[in-house]
Amino acid sequence: MTDKSILTLDSVYKTFGGIEALRDLSLSIYPGQVYGLIGPNGAGKTTVFNLITGVYPCTQGQIKMGNRDLTRLKPHQIVRLGLARTFQTIRLFANLTTWEHVWVAQNRSTRSGQRGIFPFRRAQERILRGEAEEILTLLGLWEVRSHKASTLPYGTQRKVEIARALAIQPKIMLLDEPAAGLNPQETEDLLKTLNKIYALGKTILIIEHDMRVIMGLCQHIFVLNFGQKIAEGTPDQIRRNEQVIEAYLGKEG
Amino acid sequence: MSSYFLDLFSAAGINILLALSVYCPMATGQLSIGNAGFMAIGAYVSAILTVHLHLPLLPALVAGGCIAGIVGLLVGFPALRIKGIFLAMVTLAFGEIVRNFFMNFLTSLTGGAYGFRGIGNVPVSLVWIWGAVAFFLVFFFFLARSRLGLCMIATHDDDTVGELMGINVVYLKVGSFGLGAFIAGVAGGLYAHYYLYIEPEFFNVWQSIHMVLYVIMGGMLTFWGGVLGAAVFTLLPEFLRFLQDWRGAFFGAIIIGLMIARPSGLLTREILRLDFWLPGRRGRLL
Repeated sequence: MTDKSILTLDSVYKTFGGIEALRDLSLSIYPGQVYGLIGPNGAGKTTVFNLITGVYPCTQGQIKMGNRDLTRLKPHQIVRLGLARTFQTIRLFANLTTWEHVWVAQNRSTRSGQRGIFPFRRAQERILRGEAEEILTLLGLWEVRSHKASTLPYGTQRKVEIARALAIQPKIMLLDEPAAGLNPQETEDLLKTLNKIYALGKTILIIEHDMRVIMGLCQHIFVLNFGQKIAEGTPDQIRRNEQVIEAYLGKEG
Repeated sequence: MSSYFLDLFSAAGINILLALSVYCPMATGQLSIGNAGFMAIGAYVSAILTVHLHLPLLPALVAGGCIAGIVGLLVGFPALRIKGIFLAMVTLAFGEIVRNFFMNFLTSLTGGAYGFRGIGNVPVSLVWIWGAVAFFLVFFFFLARSRLGLCMIATHDDDTVGELMGINVVYLKVGSFGLGAFIAGVAGGLYAHYYLYIEPEFFNVWQSIHMVLYVIMGGMLTFWGGVLGAAVFTLLPEFLRFLQDWRGAFFGAIIIGLMIARPSGLLTREILRLDFWLPGRRGRLL
């Protein structure tokens, strides 16, 4: 699986003012797997997501999706290549219902969607509505489809975020701490949801502090500390890696 | 119909158009207190075209709207970098620039501070005004039901996330700013050819603030909000005439009361949904 990586970071640097947030970071992600990105607070994990999705420009280095260079693209262009994300703190649209969240995110490929206002392309609309229904059913959100998403319980709001990301029909999903703030039962539920998404053949990159999620789901883990990759490997390798234990897991004994 | 009611309904129609012109950028999260400037551009351009070039009404109105819209697009680009109260200040200053421009330049065509007289060639009737209202209502009706309309609300709520969901935020914001300016320009043209007299002083900050008030009072997340706001706040003062000296104060009190009772405006998107009125969901009105 050497050449078929769908997302590559090639010695990426990011500095904010004088502070070096990321230093010489290289990652390769291959299709159809679940990747974990872990590290202590402030290690630069969310910065990695922000660079990949084009929220910030890289100071140095290159990010490629397949053969496309993402470094100079705008966020909405990167999304349309098939890359979706969720946020560390839930960021839903305050005035939209669950169903509308999915609908908004479906604008990507459409010529009809974002551009036209008249329903000329009914065939395409029907397909998209079908897709939306599938996504909502898959995540168990069908019942709350016409509720304002910002009024739903916390765990359900997380799912709406994931549904919105799925609606983009991404090849790669970046999930930023999906289990943060969830109770054990909701975390269990989230694991099931993520397994369903994995079964759809999506490639997933997860930032997470909850080790049950990371160890239970990921086939490959990257560990960041102070903006540098200190280790990568299978969950077993990571568990035994001394540098990792020292930097991160060591805190938990 | 007596000319009193004719004037009243014409004013209401023009105010509805002005409310829509503010609603449009506001739906993507941009507050403009300079729409009187766009209105002035539409009014003066169309009046110059009909008076000095003897153009028919329709092309003059469209041209006035288009010039205002183009200026709107030009203002819309720098406006992208400015948000909230700062954008409000920038648009306010823009409106003042336009007013001063028509005060001091092109005076041989427009009369400058003395006012533009003799716009009588092709007067506008009530039908023209409400025809334009109907046209834009149909437009916004379809827009609200489209994905584009939802993308506007999403951008209003969180433009960073909107962009990360694939929305071309630049295109959407600049476009809606320009469209708002276009509508204000058309409304300005109709105003000039209905009242047959315009002067720069009319297009002052107060005029802009009125438009914003219609939308805030009526509800800013659905175009019906602006429509209702403009209609109510044009007609209501007339019904309050019996209060005589207390009329203005009472009107102000109504605005304060309304903002306390319904801070997000009279109409919200929920109220407009059919299932809101089904049993079990009622009582959430306030």
